Amino acid sequence: MKAAHVITVRNTWERSHASLAVERIRKDFPILRQRVRGKPLVYLDNAATSQKPQGVIDTVNRYYSAENANVHRGIHFLSEKATQTYEDARDTVRRFLNAADTREIIFVRGTTEAINLVAQSYGRTFLTTGDEIVISAMEHHSNIVPWQILCEQIGARLRVIPFNYNGELLLDEYEKLLNERTKFVAVVHVSNALGTINPIKQIIEMAHRRSIPVLIDGAQAVPHLRLDVQDLDCDFYAFSGHKVYGPTGIGVLYGKADLLERMPPYQGGGDMISVVTFEKTHYNTLPYKFEAGTPNIAGGIGLGAAIDYVTEIGLEAVAAYEHELLVYATEALSTIKGLRIIGTAKEKASVVSFVLDGVHAHDIGTILDHQGIAIRAGHHCAMPVMQRFGVPATARASLAFYNTKEEVDALIRALHKVSEVFG
Amino acid sequence: MSDLSELYQEVILDHNRRPRNFHRLEGANRTAEGYNPLCGDQLTVYTRLEDEVIKDISFQGSGCAISKASASIMTDSVKGKTKTEAEALFKKVHTMLTRGRDTKIDSSELGKLAVLSGVCEFPTRVKCASLAWHTLQAALKGEGAAVSTE
Repeated sequence: MKAAHVITVRNTWERSHASLAVERIRKDFPILRQRVRGKPLVYLDNAATSQKPQGVIDTVNRYYSAENANVHRGIHFLSEKATQTYEDARDTVRRFLNAADTREIIFVRGTTEAINLVAQSYGRTFLTTGDEIVISAMEHHSNIVPWQILCEQIGARLRVIPFNYNGELLLDEYEKLLNERTKFVAVVHVSNALGTINPIKQIIEMAHRRSIPVLIDGAQAVPHLRLDVQDLDCDFYAFSGHKVYGPTGIGVLYGKADLLERMPPYQGGGDMISVVTFEKTHYNTLPYKFEAGTPNIAGGIGLGAAIDYVTEIGLEAVAAYEHELLVYATEALSTIKGLRIIGTAKEKASVVSFVLDGVHAHDIGTILDHQGIAIRAGHHCAMPVMQRFGVPATARASLAFYNTKEEVDALIRALHKVSEVFG
Repeated sequence: MSDLSELYQEVILDHNRRPRNFHRLEGANRTAEGYNPLCGDQLTVYTRLEDEVIKDISFQGSGCAISKASASIMTDSVKGKTKTEAEALFKKVHTMLTRGRDTKIDSSELGKLAVLSGVCEFPTRVKCASLAWHTLQAALKGEGAAVSTE
């Protein structure tokens, strides 16, 4: 599908010169046309989930209207067509990540399932009692809890990389954590609560010097940054479709083929086998070994369409425009009395978490909602991050490339209203 | 359309700014913790129960204006009441918070608690307003485990 937009990027490295045809892009997203509580919708909750362009909606609709059949098994026309479209989507994902081989692209429900898959399949096979797993203090619960479960199962220990008051990981401390017992590193690429972009290439390199495999949680990075898993040399990379303008319930686990080959299946069932007898079952080849049962076919195809859409616009242009919005929003928010931004790393994606003196984030959320503005208020499934900053919750505005400076202005006006109510 | 000023009434804002009975209670014999995972509200309710009567009550914790004000007004309202009376009052409060927007309530028995009647227009905030009450209920039952609104 085509996103026929004129994009002017004079120099992708000079972010201030970037511009997108945002008004035209907005027309691709039908949900943005609606009014909420009598006001135009201002959707600033993109880190929770992104909205879907018409092309993605149409692709899913077309699949169910004209192409629906089960994949990998039918010998009829529709099944062949569905299989082809689904496998094309897998190749779209491969190109998007610049993975070497489509066998390395495993469709899962989302980032959470991808991490659980690695923790259970890789973790239970290659880690043992006394081993250590290193994560960071800014992980989403989905990159904490699967490792805690594994630790309980095998008697391993979780170690945590701390971060400074700006929300930047302390690499010296990370280096100190790595030792002969460290058998796995799992780190978030972009923090959902703070917006920090972590130096994952360096983090991966430091682990690899000790031959420790690394998983990157890319849920918040994929919508904002161009990726190259071969250049990063990560062993696993996980992301969710719905945060990158695709459907919910579909996500991707990238894994290096040699590792995936050595890992046992995560779930058993149809599609992941080649021969089953009551005595012994032979597993299917990659990637199907990890895809038990009928997959989310519509989701996979929809994700392919979403990736085509953002690729057409260009992630460099997206990143440049979003950075401009981030700078604008950060400056504007800083003018509000009593407002403190949580997460001030040098390298940030377009996520701004903040607290307001004397007003709980939940109350901010309700008052903003009355102005038609959707933000997230809470602990963002990152309770250890909240504890680190000594706040129970933050309000979070997360911006996408369809957001505008006018929408940021609306946010600022609404925050003045909050101060008025609580004044 | 639901009105913000119905939710954030002056009495609520006042209890949020200056919560009553907001301290740890010395001599408490029934205590419970409440937690709302949705927004991270957390509070502890302390009571001193003697002969089935709530002789004294207090709370501590952090939360949004609605949960804090609700807890504050609750402590004022149940002090001196019997356990049974407090439970009956919770039922009335619960009905007030969850009723349909057109259902009238008899506010005569609710007293100051009636300022929270606007919450029913904001379904996402009902948990905030009822957290303190669920926690009180757990304390009175003598349940040790923390209660959660999820």
